[in-house]
Formats: sequence, C-alpha cells, structure tokens
Amino acid sequence: MDLSAINPVLLIASLMVAATPLLLAAIGELVVEKAGVLNLGVEGMMIVGAIAGFATAVESGSPFFGFIAAAIAGAALSILFAILTQFAQANQVASGLSLTLFGLGLSALMGQSYVGIKPPQMGDIHIPVLSDLPVVGPILFGHDIILYFGIALTAAVWWMLKYSRLGLVLRAVGENHDAAHALGYKVLKIRLLAIMFGGACAGLGGAYISLIRVPQWTEGMTAGIGWIALALVVFASWKPWRALLGAYLFGGVTVVQLNLQAAGVAIPVEYLAMSPYLITIIVLVILSADKSSAPASLGRNFHASR
Amino acid sequence: MKLTNLLTSAAVALGLAAGAAMADTTKVGFVYVGPVGDGGWTYEHDQGRKAVEAEFGDQVETVYVENVAEGPDAERVMTQMALEGADLIFTTSFGYMDPTINVAKKFPNVKFEHATGYKRADNVSTYSARFYEGRAVQGTIAGHMTESNIIGYIGSYPIPEVIRGINSAYLHAKKVNPDVQFKIVWAFTWFDPAKEADAAKVLIEQGADVILQHTDSTAPQAAAQAAGNVITFGQASDMSEYAPKPRVSSIIDDWAPYYIARTKAVIDGTWESVDTWDGIGAGMVGIGEISDVVPADVKAAALAIKDAQANGTYHAFTGPINKQDGSAWLAEGETADDGTLAGMNFYVEGIEGDIPQ
Amino acid sequence: MIRLEKRPQPSRAWSMATPLVAVIATMIVGGLLFAALGKPPVEAIRTIFWEPLFGEFSFYYRPQLLVKGAPLVLIAIGLSLGFRAGIWNIGAEGQYIMGAIFGAGAGLAFYPSESFLIFPFMVLAGAFGGWIWAMIPAVLKTRFGTNEILVSLMLVYVAEQFLASVSLGLLKNPEGFGFPGSRNLQSWDAAHNAELIAGTGMHWGVVAALIAVIFAYVLLNRHMTGYHIRLTGEAPRAAKFAGVNPTRLVLFCLGTSGALAGLAGLFEVSGPSGQISIDFNVGYGFTAIIVAFLGRLHPVGILLAGGLMALTYIGGDIAQSNLQLPAAAIQVFQGMLLFFLLAFDLLTNFRIAIGKPEVA
Repeated sequence: MDLSAINPVLLIASLMVAATPLLLAAIGELVVEKAGVLNLGVEGMMIVGAIAGFATAVESGSPFFGFIAAAIAGAALSILFAILTQFAQANQVASGLSLTLFGLGLSALMGQSYVGIKPPQMGDIHIPVLSDLPVVGPILFGHDIILYFGIALTAAVWWMLKYSRLGLVLRAVGENHDAAHALGYKVLKIRLLAIMFGGACAGLGGAYISLIRVPQWTEGMTAGIGWIALALVVFASWKPWRALLGAYLFGGVTVVQLNLQAAGVAIPVEYLAMSPYLITIIVLVILSADKSSAPASLGRNFHASR
Repeated sequence: MKLTNLLTSAAVALGLAAGAAMADTTKVGFVYVGPVGDGGWTYEHDQGRKAVEAEFGDQVETVYVENVAEGPDAERVMTQMALEGADLIFTTSFGYMDPTINVAKKFPNVKFEHATGYKRADNVSTYSARFYEGRAVQGTIAGHMTESNIIGYIGSYPIPEVIRGINSAYLHAKKVNPDVQFKIVWAFTWFDPAKEADAAKVLIEQGADVILQHTDSTAPQAAAQAAGNVITFGQASDMSEYAPKPRVSSIIDDWAPYYIARTKAVIDGTWESVDTWDGIGAGMVGIGEISDVVPADVKAAALAIKDAQANGTYHAFTGPINKQDGSAWLAEGETADDGTLAGMNFYVEGIEGDIPQ
Repeated sequence: MIRLEKRPQPSRAWSMATPLVAVIATMIVGGLLFAALGKPPVEAIRTIFWEPLFGEFSFYYRPQLLVKGAPLVLIAIGLSLGFRAGIWNIGAEGQYIMGAIFGAGAGLAFYPSESFLIFPFMVLAGAFGGWIWAMIPAVLKTRFGTNEILVSLMLVYVAEQFLASVSLGLLKNPEGFGFPGSRNLQSWDAAHNAELIAGTGMHWGVVAALIAVIFAYVLLNRHMTGYHIRLTGEAPRAAKFAGVNPTRLVLFCLGTSGALAGLAGLFEVSGPSGQISIDFNVGYGFTAIIVAFLGRLHPVGILLAGGLMALTYIGGDIAQSNLQLPAAAIQVFQGMLLFFLLAFDLLTNFRIAIGKPEVA
C-alpha cells in the first residue's frame, strides 16, 4: 500500500470533472421538481444530448456548437414528456421511464455513423498566473468552461429560486398548483418551461460526457449517470448548493475508490466499488433529520377544469 | 403428437427442408452481446460477419441480433435463428455457453460456434483468441518505454482472460525492465466509458506513464492524450485515431479469417467440432502498427517477440516462472499448458495486490 | 378551440378501446420509422406483433411469452401495491438480484443432495433475499424518514456489485475451470425449476405470477389492507383518520414487493437462466415499473401489459434477425408504443370538446 501516491490536488481537480455531468443534470431536474413535476427521463435526455452534441461538434468542428445542440436536443425530447404529462395528463413516472427507453434507442439510431470518431477538443481555460499557482491553480483555474458554467448555473438557480419573482411562482406551482392557478399563474406554461430547462441541462450533461469527459461516442455511454442525477436531487432535498455538494461527494467517492485501488489498499475491490452507493445512503440517512420535504404537488398532474 | 416432440420434429423437418431447398445459400447467424456500435468487442465480431458476406457474396446469407442478454433471451434468439433455417450460428459471448449447448441439443443439424467457452458437443465448436500473445508484445514496448517504471492496467472483471493478459504483459515488461511496477485497477464493469476515463486519470495521477487497458472504450486514450506524456495501446480495435501518440500500438480482434474458414467448411460439408485457440500466427490476434514514437530498437524487439510467437518458436509463458506467492509454476524452459492458461486465476511473482475474489 | 373536459366518471368503453387505438397509432408511426430506415414497414409490424403469436413458429414463441412475461408480471404486481399507496420502490432490480443470489446460494449449499426439500427451501430463501433487501429502505424510511426512492435505487447498484462478487468468488462453479458463474441449476434436478408441462413454458414462476395477480386482486378489493392501501394513495389525510398505520403499510408494501421480486429472481435463476453470473440481471426490475403503470396499477391490467411488453421483446428480436432492423429501432418502437398508450389513456378520463367552454 502506498497512500503517498495519491495526490490530493489532482484528486480534487479530477473529481470536479467527474461531478460536472451529474451536477448539470441534477440542477435541471431540481428545477423541474420544484415546479412539481417528476421527470424520470433524465438518462434518456442525457444520452440524446450526448449524441446530438457529439454529432454537431464533429460536423461543425466546434465543441461550443455541440453544447448548444445538446441543450436544444435535450429540451426537444423533454417537450415530448411535457406533452404527455401536461396536456395528455399521463402518469409522470411511467412517461419518464418511457422517455428513457425512447431516448436510448433514438440516440443509438442517431449515432450509427459516429462510432470510432474523435471529436474536436475543447481546451481548458488557461489563465496565465492563476492556473500556475500551486494547489489552488489546478483545482480552481485549470478546467474547461462548461465546468465553470455548471457552478455558475447552480448559483443562478439558487438565486432564482430564493430571490426572484420567477422562483416564487415556480415554487408556488410546485407546492399547490390549484392555489397557484387560482392566483392567476399559468401552471401549465410554467411547468412546460421548467421541463424544457431540465431537458436542456440534461442534454448539456450528456454532451459533457461525450465531448469532454470521455470523449467519444458509444451506444449507452451515459451508463446510468442520469439515474444518479435523479437520486442526487432527492439527496439535496431540492437545494441547489447541496446538489453541488452531492455531485462532488458522489464523483469524489468514485474517484477516491479508484485511487485507493491503484495505491493497493487492501480493501476488497468489490466493496470499494459499492462504496459510492453505500456512502450516499448513509449520508442520506444523516440528512433525513432535515425535514425540508419534497414539493407538495410533486408528481401530480394538473388540470384546470376543477 | 405430444407437445414435447413438437419442437424436435419441427426442427428435424425444417432441417430436412433446409437441406433440400437451401442447398445454394448457407445461412449464418450471429448473436451479439452488445450493440454493433460499441466500437469494441461486438463491433469486431460484426466486422467478421461483414467479411463473410464479402467473401461468399450470394452463397451466404448472414443475420444477426445485437444486445442479446445472456440467459433465456440468448437461448430464444438462437432457437429462433435455427428455426428460421440458419446452418451455422456464432454465439459471441462467454455467457452464451450453456444456452448454446441447450439449443444445439435440439437442433443436431445446425452447427454452433461458441466464443471463449469450454463446453463442446458434436455440433458445437469453441473458439477463442490468444490475446496474451499480443499482451507480450505490449509488455515489451511498455517495459522499454516507461520512465517512471509504473505501468497502469485497467481491468474489467477478474476473470482468467484478463488475468492472463496482466501476467503476460508483466512478465515481458519485467524482462526488459526489472524495476517495472504494475498498478492494477478493476473497473468492475464491462462498459462504462466515464469510469474508464476516471480509472485512467487516477493511474496517470499516481505516476503511470503507460496505460494498458482491458476495457473497450477509447476513454483511457483520451485521458492519456490530455495528460501529455503517457502512452497507450488500442484494445479490441485499432483505435488509430489516437495514433501516433498516445496510442503506440494495439491488439486487434480479427475474427474474419476464422469466420470465413468455418463458413467455408459448412458450405463444403467438412465442418467438424473443434476447439480453436488461435493467436498471432493464425491472424486471429492482430498487432496494430507500432508508431514512430517508439524507438527503432524497441520496435524491433517488439516485432521479434511478435514473430517468434507467430511462428511458434516462442511461448509467452516460458519458465522459469513462479506464482505470486513464490511457489514454482513453470520450470526452466517449460511452457504453460492450455488448461492452466484457460483457467488462470493467479498472478505471477512480482505483481503486487490480490485478485478480487 | 379544442379543450379537454373531465368526465364525471372514467369511461369504460374508452378504457377498453385506448390500448387498441394506441397500438394502431404505434403501428402507423412505427411503420413510417421503419420505412425511413429502408425496411418494409408492413412486414416489420407483422413480424413484431403477429409472428410470435400466430406465425410459423408460434408453437415455440407462445411458451416463450410466458417465460419472458412472468417475471415482469410478478414484480409489477408487487410494485403496484406500493405505488397505489404512494410508496415508491424503484429498486426491484436489486431485490430481484438478491432473491436470485439467496435462493441459488441456499440451494448450492446442499449440492449435490437430491432431497425434494431443496427447491421449496430455495423458494423461501429467494423470497427472503428480496424481502430483506427491500426492508433496508423500508426500515430507513420508517425509522429516519429517509426517502425510499433513492435508497432502493442505490441498493440496485450495490446488488449488482455483490452479484459480480459472488459470481467470481463465493458461488463460482468449482468445476468451471476458473471461469465466473455458478453451477448450472438446470442440470441439478433437485434445484431445477423445470417446465411443469414440457414445451409449454409453464414453470413455477408463471404459476406464481398468476397467483400473485389473483392475490393482489382479492387483497385490493376484498381486504382491509387493500382498502388502506387505496385510501392512503387517494386521500392520505383521510387515511390517517381512518386509523391506517403508515409504518405498517410501508413495511407491508415494500416487503411484499421485495419478496415478489426476489421470487422472480429465484424462479429465473433456477429455471430459464440456470445460473448466477455477472450479467444475470437484464432489467426486469425497471421494465416492471413501466408494466405496472401501463396496467394502470390494476392486477388484470398488469397481466395484459406484461404480455404486451413480452410480445414486443420477442417480436423485436425476430424482426432484428429476419429483417435486420437495428436493436435501436426496436427500442424506439417500444418507446413510442408506451408513449401512445400513456397519451391515449387521456380519453378514458377526459373528453375532447370543441368550442367555447360552457360557463359553469
């Protein structure tokens, strides 16, 4: 065993990268759930975002366009979910699961001619003096722009929910849609926008995997990250900063377990591989003392005829 | 007629009908465990299928089903292919072993070929590739090229196939560089590009400047490229999009020669149940072009190992070799028998850490 | 102006007709998709829906429908009880795995005994394995108020790692030449969940699924617990006044769904699948969630939905092989079928009105 081989600075820097797709998807879903909608289709929207972003980046030569296309694709797929649940009044859990199935298939069809291609690279931002600082340099100033965007988005969503009028309306719709309707808010419109925002974020998260973190296209490459993002929202008890913390924690435990393996720590590997999930459960139990609960209308459909 | 007999008699009837009506076209089925777009294991098998089509043209008809889960689904898909008149069926995952045997019993006239397994029957052959021969070439290059003397290895699951590769690579790296150390990370997944990327980064951060992988995605290649001074090897397919650096060479699964030969045997009526374990010599294991990043003398050494294995003058596991615990395994000059290799579940001396049990 | 008007009562006629309308709509749109991919649309649709039921080889596919559908129905029935009461077990996949491991492990401990008690013992152990795995989120929820969605989902991943671990270690076949995976239970009579009548696909898992359907029907319609479940789901506050004990309800719903998922795993590992292996689980636990909702959480509906899902899987594989449709196209097709089924369900509860809303 040689724990000194683990470099904590590099470890933190790489867990930030591992956490970013999770964070993006989770922040999007958090807004959706705040509006009272449960969209279990995150995995499907992520993978469609992954291929849409990848394909666009390859064709245009610009990762930036790729990310835009990924957000659009994710939002477009989420509209399907919105039509089902908001207009056709279909069950949200079943619609979300179907969306994931559909998205996995659709992405595989879209990606048939993109296997084995290397996408254009998105460089890390290099800020002359700052990036070269010891310790804080690699952690704070040596990443790609999307990673910073994820953190900025977290801050923006936090501010929006807490201080803006839009946030107030969103929460009202999520807590009691009948009352919100009676107050004259357009419940369906607000939920539609929230769902599209969630889809766009999931799409970005997917593209982060296919364009930066891996980067390549293969079928099914999100490999369950969308599900973890869903879990993260609950873990965060619908609070943006906690979603950030949760994403880093989850990404961190995974990176740490790989580090421990490489350093030859004598814990059986299968238990290390289980550890991210077990630790999440333990933290969840500790946090459940916090009684801030789910939006009251979560998962319930709204129809204005009553 | 009893229900029990229905399936068998239908099969027999079909077999007869097929024999009469389809004398001109031979139908070849392929059962895949992943999507053909995985860029790795299944992708290479599908390249083999395409090679069969290209070779025989109208003489053969090939069919495939992808993403077939091991277990009852595989059994159903194989039965379905046999019912639909397939003459030869390749089942391309270890987990298809028992289903293949089950279905083969019901269709004695259909030939089956199961990849990487050990159960055979009169109409079931097995085939596999000696990838460890390719690992010997990689190990030689890795041992020469490493400057930190730390070589990172990403394993999928601790099964004999993977352990054999680790041992072979280690022995040959050690031979040219006695100070070399292996850091092994088990991903515990066949397929999770994000996790493979993380594993590669972790190994690089811990000082590895050569990454060997036994997982199929290019994620470790990209991580190595981002890190700069790290070299890698393509796995399953050539991954030449990452050449000349980080990817300096590769192990390519090349099933085409075997698939063509076996299809030809069925067409000619000479098919027999065999156990094939081919390596570099027969062309089942391809060594991707060694790029110019590798110095000429190292390249020559690697090619010498490759050629010696190809013409049978050298075996990757030639004694003296001890097991990890120090007990003797192979005496001076002795080579490993295929049985021990097939079920290899121990590290050789010098590798640190335990195999997860 | 097209509006939706809520029906005073769900329409029985539409409730029956919507699945048909949805299937027809899927055929049309799916046909267009297949045509776009350059495949014969009518032939593709016929292959998926007709071939397994009435085609040349239906004598083989019909029993396979039972084999494929049984675990889906068995798991979905259990899940539907909790879903009705607002208790969200989405970790059935993990409970399925643990049922298989416990059941197979309990049997293999006595290998190679030929006692007739072995199979019943395995059944109990399988149900226990699923039950205990579901009890973790249940107890955490009742003791600490921890969200069961997250815990049950996390436990799926833990179970998958555990499955890999026992395939490579504890349950590895000692005669398997070092390869991963347990002994094949199909070749050990005492532990083999064989077909009860050969060639019919009817094994104990199918029987259990049918019993579960009847059990759930009776429970929901004739029994106090069933009444409590429905009441809690429809009017949680009223349930409290009616004296429903939420702790017991959570333990009951999660426990039952876990045990049924565990049973499904046990019947699968001892029958059609035969052995514990790294990739033993194929997603039945997640698909069953869709089946439960497609069946509108009603036992009979679930039975039909399970059959329909099984049909599209089997027909989809046939279409892949015969028409070389990519697996992805089949997946998209299945997704569309689900979308249409869910969307047209609207007609059961709402009527589409044209014109201005009446002033109430």
